[in-house]
Amino acid sequence: MQLTRRAEFSASHVCRNPALSDAENQALYGTNANRNGHGHNFILEVTIEGEPDPVTGMVFDLRALKEIINAEVVDPMDHRFLNHEVPPFDQVIPTTENIAVEIWSRLQRRIHPRNGVANARLKNVRLFETADLYVDYSGEEAVDEARQGTGGRS
Amino acid sequence: MMTLTRRYRFAASHRLNTDALTPEQNARLYGKCNNPFGHGHDYVLDVTVEGAPGASGQIVQRETLDQCVSQQVLRHLDHRNLNCDVPELHGKVATTENLALAIEKMLKASWTLPAKLAHVRISETDRNAFLLETR
Repeated sequence: MQLTRRAEFSASHVCRNPALSDAENQALYGTNANRNGHGHNFILEVTIEGEPDPVTGMVFDLRALKEIINAEVVDPMDHRFLNHEVPPFDQVIPTTENIAVEIWSRLQRRIHPRNGVANARLKNVRLFETADLYVDYSGEEAVDEARQGTGGRS
Repeated sequence: MMTLTRRYRFAASHRLNTDALTPEQNARLYGKCNNPFGHGHDYVLDVTVEGAPGASGQIVQRETLDQCVSQQVLRHLDHRNLNCDVPELHGKVATTENLALAIEKMLKASWTLPAKLAHVRISETDRNAFLLETR
């Protein structure tokens, strides 16, 4: 069984590779490369998969999930300029793809058997940049294993 | 696994009718969609590509994907009559199922993007949607 919780955060970003020229950045990222940045109302859908707990009847406590999403994503990212204020986006270009991977990584650390989450696992992160563009990320086993083995990327 | 989905829209008319059935059978099967003069919809098309973001942090460049879908699909379907104007649907009933298959064919005919086409999803109205996992 899967459950999905939705959250929203508004943030600005700019997609530019400092190693490339203005023209190259424009070709690669279009208007997303405009130097001073721009913003979106990002919509995040977090999907958890598991079996309902025989006692509580829940796959995952929705209130706990809300608190995790707020602490890991909404609080640090809402009304922020990602490149300037939210590591690793001072180093990593905050494309929708890269933001989705970062959100996955942050949530994965909290929704994990090691943290007492026995019957559920993080299944998918869907990040809408606009109503007409979204990215789904469901992890890469090799990448996740490496992160767990080294205590995560944090 | 990572996918990126981009949403497009086009307006088109169609009529559902098959020569394999009698006019009465067509009317019973397709109901209002069998109206002899046809009717239209604002279709919503979601194109999903699968891949790795790579060094640029993008599975595909948005503009490249938009150009591809626009050239291969939208300019052939938008403000067209699906029964008359779309060669991929000639001889077929212009159901949304067959439209999804036609769109897959149109996209694959000259797919040059570095990412894999994962699926297309079409809504004829807000109340129905058709998902085709491409092969």
